[in-house]
Amino acid sequence: MLGRSQVTFYESQPAQASGLLAWLHIDLPLLTGLILLSGVGLTVLYSAGDGELVLLHKQLFRLGFGFAAMFALAQIHPTNIRRWAPVLYLIGILMLISVIIFGEEGKGAQRWLDLGFIRFQPSEMFKLTLPMLIAWYLAEHRLPPNPSRLVMAGLFTLLPVLLIAKQPDLGTALLVATAGAFALFLAGISWRVISAIGMLMAALGPVAWYFMHEYQRQRVLTFLNPESDPLGTGYHIIQSKIAIGSGGISGKGWLNGTQSHLEFLPERHTDFIFAVISEEFGLVGVLALLSLYLFIIMRGLYIATQAQDTFGRILAGSLSLVFFVYLFVNAGMVTGLLPVVGVPLPLISYGGTSLVTILASFGMLMSIHTHKKLLPT
Amino acid sequence: MPQSSIKDYLHESQLFLGRALVSGTLVLIILAILVGRLFYLQVESHDHYTTLSQDNRVKLEPLPPTRGLIYDRNGTILAQNLPAYSLEITPEKTENLDQTIQALSEIIAIDEEDISRFHQLRKQRRRFDSIPIRVRLEDEEVARIAVNRHRFSGVDVKASLLRDYPQGLQTAHLLGYVGRINEQELQIIDTSNYRGTNFIGKNGVEKSYEGMLHGQVGLQQVEVNAKGRVLRVLESRSPQPGDNLHLFLDMELQSTALEALGDYNGAVAAIDIETGGVLTLVSKPGYDPNLFVEGISAKAYQALESSLDNPLFNRAIRGQYPPGSTVKPFIGLAGLEYNVVGYHQENYCPGYYQLPGKDHKYRDWKKWGHGKVDLERAIVESCDVYYYELARTLGIDRLYEFLSGFGFGEPTKVDLDGELSGLMPSREWKQQRRREPWYPGETLIVGIGQGYFLATPLQLASATATLANKGHHIRPRVVHTIEHPDGTEVKSPKIIDDLHQLDPVHWEQVIDAMSQVVEGLRGTARSIYTDAYRIAGKTGTAQVFSVKQDEEYDEETVAKRKRDHALFIAFAPVEAPRIAIAVVVENGGHGGSVAAPIARKVMDRYLLGGRDAG
Repeated sequence: MLGRSQVTFYESQPAQASGLLAWLHIDLPLLTGLILLSGVGLTVLYSAGDGELVLLHKQLFRLGFGFAAMFALAQIHPTNIRRWAPVLYLIGILMLISVIIFGEEGKGAQRWLDLGFIRFQPSEMFKLTLPMLIAWYLAEHRLPPNPSRLVMAGLFTLLPVLLIAKQPDLGTALLVATAGAFALFLAGISWRVISAIGMLMAALGPVAWYFMHEYQRQRVLTFLNPESDPLGTGYHIIQSKIAIGSGGISGKGWLNGTQSHLEFLPERHTDFIFAVISEEFGLVGVLALLSLYLFIIMRGLYIATQAQDTFGRILAGSLSLVFFVYLFVNAGMVTGLLPVVGVPLPLISYGGTSLVTILASFGMLMSIHTHKKLLPT
Repeated sequence: MPQSSIKDYLHESQLFLGRALVSGTLVLIILAILVGRLFYLQVESHDHYTTLSQDNRVKLEPLPPTRGLIYDRNGTILAQNLPAYSLEITPEKTENLDQTIQALSEIIAIDEEDISRFHQLRKQRRRFDSIPIRVRLEDEEVARIAVNRHRFSGVDVKASLLRDYPQGLQTAHLLGYVGRINEQELQIIDTSNYRGTNFIGKNGVEKSYEGMLHGQVGLQQVEVNAKGRVLRVLESRSPQPGDNLHLFLDMELQSTALEALGDYNGAVAAIDIETGGVLTLVSKPGYDPNLFVEGISAKAYQALESSLDNPLFNRAIRGQYPPGSTVKPFIGLAGLEYNVVGYHQENYCPGYYQLPGKDHKYRDWKKWGHGKVDLERAIVESCDVYYYELARTLGIDRLYEFLSGFGFGEPTKVDLDGELSGLMPSREWKQQRRREPWYPGETLIVGIGQGYFLATPLQLASATATLANKGHHIRPRVVHTIEHPDGTEVKSPKIIDDLHQLDPVHWEQVIDAMSQVVEGLRGTARSIYTDAYRIAGKTGTAQVFSVKQDEEYDEETVAKRKRDHALFIAFAPVEAPRIAIAVVVENGGHGGSVAAPIARKVMDRYLLGGRDAG
């Protein structure tokens, strides 16, 4: 019986057709999308960096490392990813605690792990390990989770978020929190709970305002009205809106963006690179870029729906959505829809840490998609 | 069971599918909003933004504040900012770094040292920061670079204010120095306030008062032409310069002390008794702090680091020496206070001491003994045997309690970074650190300031000041006044932690004995006697226990490094004390002949000015 269903199972797998890719556990659509995106990134970086090849070399090197990590993770069977989830989570928590205990003596130096060619923050890996842990924890039992398990999962999310916020690294803390929230949402917590949490958040807004420091309030006000602080943070937003707006429909052309080349646009290699794209390639170019992102996100969600167990579904789904949040928070900030938060444009901004985590997360998606197993009996 | 689990599975799968659809839809909606926003910016408002972009000539530049100056008590400048040109490279912007450096070295002189220092700085800088390869360029060099400027990308000549320490090595340990901000410091500073700032205090006063010396960053909007050249300034928020610091330090005393140390290594700490102000804080050998400002080359640093004389080590607050006999006045005071001896009560000194029932002989420095000795003679002639007996009677617990009161074993909390606490041993300390009980013999050698007992020169000076003040302890401090840019001034606080009340007669007796050290016929420091004012002091000699095994064998050097450290503490004038001083001369031999004259020179300078006391 078991043997027969296994045979049937393999026959019904269309992915098995292309032998080499399947053997390498690679999902071709995802890989294509990611490579295209990296290519776009390098092209824009060449322009943003005023044609300096050094920047490209370094970014290429990081991409190479990231893709290697992706391939490596794709080889690991989801069962093993699942088995290691709690261990990795625990190690991460211990690292965060040690940062807080010893971080002060080392004057913040321990926030980073220096691997020589690339630097790594322990907080960064929670963008992966937190969805892994929640998926592992909730997949143990029947879904939707009962209230006590829900509270536990909430606490699992809160612990690293608070530790990271204490570092203090609010940007990363927020992304980790959304990663946890997506995992819970995908696990099917009821709409009643979701709306209750939503209302609580809305109610906490004014309370938070009351407790905020003066400079934090100032930041919120600047977001609402950037022109009120043209010398400070508002300057970034004003300049980036000019860059985007002056790009028009077809753009000023590659290497011809005045905003970026005359150095009006701050942080144009990193967080504000989206404005460079909009200025040089116009609305047409940005729409093409967004379509590429959309393709990758939808492919990720599709992989999630095709996953054969709850763990794979929740993990693949939340990782895809975290990728989307990166895109939206960055593009939202650059276009003036969201306040200025230091989140890079995924796979395009110059810089290494998040690039590796993002590619690693796609490695896990590929692993979930290419290692199929029997339905539970 | 199988039935229900399959049903569960289907249910879960459907639940997830629903959620995935909701997520996908939300993604689409949010992306649509984003596209709408882009449409608004790039199509609807395109003309508006095109105009803005064409007129965009306004750039934002940080205006770094000028670092505060540092003066001594007489207004002598100790740290200032001098304008200088430097040649800087931004590695990210060069096509080939090595070729660029090679080509530059054909235009102006760039030597191996410069290159090695450049690579050193490169390791610890912020991304997209430019790094100096040559500093303090001559005008002619600036011109030569300007002519060849078009050949290079990522190369700039920058005019900036460079920190300068006119007193050089004389104030190196006290002031510390500033250096380029590195990655680690970047984590702990307010980066928006350090926009445009390249330097940060690395140690000494420069580090301890970084927050005040730095100031507040300013910003300016400048109008630039299409090539990015600045045409005029539109609006600006001026930077607020850092606070100036006025120190208690007396530069003349500092030079006197350094000079008086001669060829010896060592430390001198002098304190103004009334205020606790640090008048002199010398650690010899010093180093040239100006070398560190623009980054020191690896080779030069290596030379300083590996020197046997350890010039980078601040002996005055980090050097922990056995205080030797300089602790005798304090322990004598303890004996009087706990009523275990009388000032004129005599003991017999045969030149050695034995614990009851033990064979081991604890030697006096005077082989044939001092004969009949009372507390006064024990201090004046520095009799060890008297103190073995006194220490045994007091016991380690009372010694620990009493000496801790004078600050031994605790940091003085002076306003300088990196001070060490010395060591006042106790039963608990030994149990914790060594996992051994306290042995009676160890109490004896604590009685003569040896064994585990360690103190820094500043601690000794501070304890001496407290003694001179008869228990009125004022925390030592380096900074006298903080002068804000608007002209207002803040005096550093005088922090007083008074010692428990002691019998006034006991203070007088111990101070009398210390005066006899200088004035008495048999006083160990009678060589520094003067008619001009009265000095109370105490000599000390600290054994150097070991020479590192791996030190290179050089008979003369090793012999020199094995010699005892010479110590001397003093205050003057006896009737109305103004200055307390501690001198440690490494491998100097005897406190009376080597360390005391150094203290005398410093006190002469302070109390008599330039006049010769004869």
